[in-house]
Amino acid sequence: MEQYIVLLSKYFIAIFMAMYTYECFAVFRFKDEKSRKGIYTRQLILMVFVHAVCFVTIFVKTGEASYLIMYAFQQLAVFTVLVLFELFYPSVNRLVINNMCMLLSIGLIILTRLDQDKAVRQFIIAVISLACALIIPYFLKKVTVLRKLSWLYAVVGIAALGGVLALGGITNGSKLSYSIAGVTFQPSEIIKILFVLFVASALHESSSFIHVVYVTIVAAAHVLILVASRDLGGALIFFVTFVLMVFLATGKFRYLLLGIAGGATASYMAFKIFRHIQIRIQAYIDPWSYIDGEGYQITQSLFALGRGGLFGLGLYQGAPDDIPYVEQDFIFSAIVEEMGLIFGMCVILVCLSCFIMFMNISIRLKDKFYQLVAFGLAVLYIFQVFLTIGGDTKFIPLTGVTLPLVSYGGSSVLSTVIMFSIIEGLYIIRQNEGVRSVKQQSNQPKRTEYRESINEEKEEIV
Amino acid sequence: MLVCYFFVFLFLGMMGYIGYYTYNNQETMINNSYNAGQQMLVLQNRRGKIYSNDGQILAQTHVAEDGSEIREYPFGELFSHVVGYSTKGKTGVEALANFYLIQSNAPLSDKVDNNLENKKNPGDNVYTTLDVEIQQAADKAMGVYDGAIIATNPKTGEVLAMVSKPCFNPNEIASIWEELVEDDESSVLLNRVTSGLYPPGSTFKIVTALEYIHENPDTYMDYHFTCNGSITIDGSRIQCYHGSNHGYVDFEKSFAKSCNSSFANMSTKIDWNKFNKTLDKLAFGKELPFAMETAVSDAKASDDMLIDEKMQTVIGQGETLVTPLHLNMITSAIANKGKLVEPYLLKSVKNNYGAVIKEFSSPGTTQFMTEEEAAILVGLMEEVVEKGTATKLRDKAYTAAGKTGSAEYNSNRDSHAWFTGFAPVDDPQICVTVIIETAGSGGDYAVPMARRVFDAYFDKNN
Repeated sequence: MEQYIVLLSKYFIAIFMAMYTYECFAVFRFKDEKSRKGIYTRQLILMVFVHAVCFVTIFVKTGEASYLIMYAFQQLAVFTVLVLFELFYPSVNRLVINNMCMLLSIGLIILTRLDQDKAVRQFIIAVISLACALIIPYFLKKVTVLRKLSWLYAVVGIAALGGVLALGGITNGSKLSYSIAGVTFQPSEIIKILFVLFVASALHESSSFIHVVYVTIVAAAHVLILVASRDLGGALIFFVTFVLMVFLATGKFRYLLLGIAGGATASYMAFKIFRHIQIRIQAYIDPWSYIDGEGYQITQSLFALGRGGLFGLGLYQGAPDDIPYVEQDFIFSAIVEEMGLIFGMCVILVCLSCFIMFMNISIRLKDKFYQLVAFGLAVLYIFQVFLTIGGDTKFIPLTGVTLPLVSYGGSSVLSTVIMFSIIEGLYIIRQNEGVRSVKQQSNQPKRTEYRESINEEKEEIV
Repeated sequence: MLVCYFFVFLFLGMMGYIGYYTYNNQETMINNSYNAGQQMLVLQNRRGKIYSNDGQILAQTHVAEDGSEIREYPFGELFSHVVGYSTKGKTGVEALANFYLIQSNAPLSDKVDNNLENKKNPGDNVYTTLDVEIQQAADKAMGVYDGAIIATNPKTGEVLAMVSKPCFNPNEIASIWEELVEDDESSVLLNRVTSGLYPPGSTFKIVTALEYIHENPDTYMDYHFTCNGSITIDGSRIQCYHGSNHGYVDFEKSFAKSCNSSFANMSTKIDWNKFNKTLDKLAFGKELPFAMETAVSDAKASDDMLIDEKMQTVIGQGETLVTPLHLNMITSAIANKGKLVEPYLLKSVKNNYGAVIKEFSSPGTTQFMTEEEAAILVGLMEEVVEKGTATKLRDKAYTAAGKTGSAEYNSNRDSHAWFTGFAPVDDPQICVTVIIETAGSGGDYAVPMARRVFDAYFDKNN
């Protein structure tokens, strides 16, 4: 009986997830939220199915009632968030919220299987983060000073990152975190958002050459501190986000090329100087020769991916614990091993659909500051997804970053939920603006107005 | 928009890579001892059986009453190297087919029943290309001698028999292990067919003849030489086997009688740079296209070599070393119009009910020489049987072709006995290569052994 449930559940999970993912992209066929309503309802049902089937399996395998209680709480939290968002913000973008909940659920499922205590902790942090998320859109609308704080963000950011470098505890060979009253906190996760706000506010008014140079110097300070803290992944994310934001703000290819050239040179120099980077590259090129040492993590990750097959081994059937730091950096491999390659690919596609929606929102925003913020956060998000999944699968060298919303890590969950809700807030602002402008010019036919505004917006984008 | 497209393509690329990588490396990864997946499968499934091509069991696992498993080899020593063992590491077919033997494709309902009864699932069974009767004939033919015999089907690449002596009883591997490992004189554990490196002796004249034909396609028949038992060029002397005086010989007779003096004479008439290319084409100095671990044969040809070295090389003495498997491949290619059908051992994988899971055929072909060159060599090798050194194969119900060799391995002119050949000449079905260590001349010792193998084959198949 148990075997049947474990076996059948993995096929159901894969099918439900594939259907959910399909809906993620079906959304883009419709222009307005109203016509997407059916899709969102279907997504919600599928989300509940995936979650329920997984927890039935977990319960059957462990036979412990505590898992059922966890499930009840998690499901309740998801419903509450969805209801409250719709209640507070009628013009909310449901895809962003749905995907956020889906990815959090997947994370909680696999964490529950890996380590129940960690899953509980992750859940508590997720609830706190979601509570914050609820007020952020309101906050964004009310607080208009955000766009004016440019250098202040940088001061706070550099101070916090510098502080970690000076005092921080060492995790995994890198100085990344503070511990305050037993709670370990990783500031670079939150500073990422401040960094985007900094670049956006500094560049939204002027993108003259000299101004860009100043901003670059301050941005480089962030990156260098991260490199010095051995946070390779963090440094890369900051860097790429910055270069692409400058490109969007100025619309000039030469900045992009300069950025790429600068990045390549810096990477090469870093490779020459730092032993730990050389080791990572070595482990990337030929992990099999260093399987006892530097290549251990990545080879175990590849084994886990290979064991999974299309539908996975089923929850509790694999050996994801063999990968060191599986809950943080290698959560994707654990997912593929036990829930299958199809499921894993769907997770990637869900992340990608978030990104496309973010870009969509960014493009439609008229306000340059908001547009830059949405764009910056979108890049921040997708590049981190790329680094972690690419690293886990040996597509690129390992950088040791988390899979946002899925991996274990309080700071990461908190910052990603905030990112999602900022973008949600920007979307709501834009929707309300749209409604207002339509009302103001109600003597003109609505349709043409809508189209024109779209056209205008498109021209702004490079 | 550009940035959006960039990331979308990047992610599609990554997904393609993940799918491709995991699909293509599944088998190598499961076979890696660092992979917990292997251990997981071993705990779930009972190792499958290994069969000969006619369905006789070569290896099976017995479960004792206390639940412990014993790997049993019904034929004892007969298949010791080719089937190998699976406890002290894995060798032979046990290693090649490990991936399949530890999987179970038993029906789901059986698996569920086994799960309920806490029993292991029956692993998949592997059918080999090996033929028990031919293996027995080869084993018996060798008697007390050490050496190796391999028999293949030149048209399909199936390995019919693979005997290496001295051998051991894999049923007792645990108790004799220490003794076998410590004894490095007779190297019992070495599979001499794939990993034994021997001087090829006169069998190498096949290669030299090929080179001469290759360079003189229209005039090779005009070649002639008068042998008086030895030849001296620039102070270096080469003697015919036991000083035989062959008198006037043409190309065909030089080959049939294996006249060292005539071939040494030929060494001055060939282009040594071209010869090097021919060696390269025949896979000397390269990994052989075979699934088992093999030793790399070594033969050098360059214009810079001293005349003495050249004279030694063309008659298969000197530095040249070859594995019996390699010589068998060259012979097979000659029998098959110049094209080697790469040999293979695993024929199919079936589940415990006999349903075919996977079928194998030769992994590929390699063109060793042109069809015309192969046809000429077949003619020469036929003469060896009709009028030359392998007349012990003459006047049989089948026609055979081949080449003998007596490879001197020390300064006392003691020699290993070689024969490599195939039958029937018009429609080659079996290609046999024999090496008998320290026995004497190929014609006296190796040819009769090959004959017994041919006899066994044709008794069975006609």
